[in-house]
Amino acid sequence: MIELGLDLTERDGWAVLAVSGEVDVATAPRLRERLVGLVGEGRSRIVVDLEKVDFIDSTGLGVLVGALKRVRTNDGDLALVCTGPRILKVFEITGLTKVFAIHRSVDEATVAG
Amino acid sequence: MKVDVIVLRVPARPEYLALVRMVVAGTARIDPLLDDERVDDLRVIVSEACTNAIEATHSRGDGQEASDLDSIQVECRLTASQVEVIVVDGGRGFDPGHLGRLPPITDPSRLRIERGLGIPLIRALADESSISSGPDGTRVQAVLQVAPRPPTDAA
Repeated sequence: MIELGLDLTERDGWAVLAVSGEVDVATAPRLRERLVGLVGEGRSRIVVDLEKVDFIDSTGLGVLVGALKRVRTNDGDLALVCTGPRILKVFEITGLTKVFAIHRSVDEATVAG
Repeated sequence: MKVDVIVLRVPARPEYLALVRMVVAGTARIDPLLDDERVDDLRVIVSEACTNAIEATHSRGDGQEASDLDSIQVECRLTASQVEVIVVDGGRGFDPGHLGRLPPITDPSRLRIERGLGIPLIRALADESSISSGPDGTRVQAVLQVAPRPPTDAA
């Protein structure tokens, strides 16, 4: 199985998690685990950077929705970075563009906080 | 009418979905040609159908562990005008009517539900789709039509 890439960096108090590869039922659990871990550590401002994601389906969307809920329960926020039309399309069709703040860059996402 | 049929059977396990998407995408790029966006749509459709198949197979509830005999069959049928994908599993099935009881996507209460997006995605991305399910398995069928080609100048 090709592993999902998960790369964590910091930017102005935001935890920025860059995801690469394909997010599906095989790989989404790792993403979930990482996000749960971040929230568990008390991170309340998280950016998930999807720019290097080649594929995402509803399993991946569900993980992101779950993380958003968890973060908001702690009065925090979770934003996405995504410009790829193929990935954006899945968010648009499911109406999740109304649920997530989706930015065009990490800079834009971390300024918005 | 000529129909090319490609059949792939994989174990009903998550690690096989990437392979299924690769084969289906490759198949869709053979004549007839779907454009890249529609090939992406097809990858999502088949990924959703197979994910549901895996969940159905593993929750069969007949007291048995999911065995290596549990498999998903993915069939692609290509004609000059369309790509049809049929995904069949032997799991316990579900009630497609249940989806009618979920709140609309834009309702904030929908955030409480992290699942259930797969079938709406299939229905939105395919030109036609049908889902039939029962205690012995589920069959998901989706059709993507090929855009008519512009006339060539060749005589």
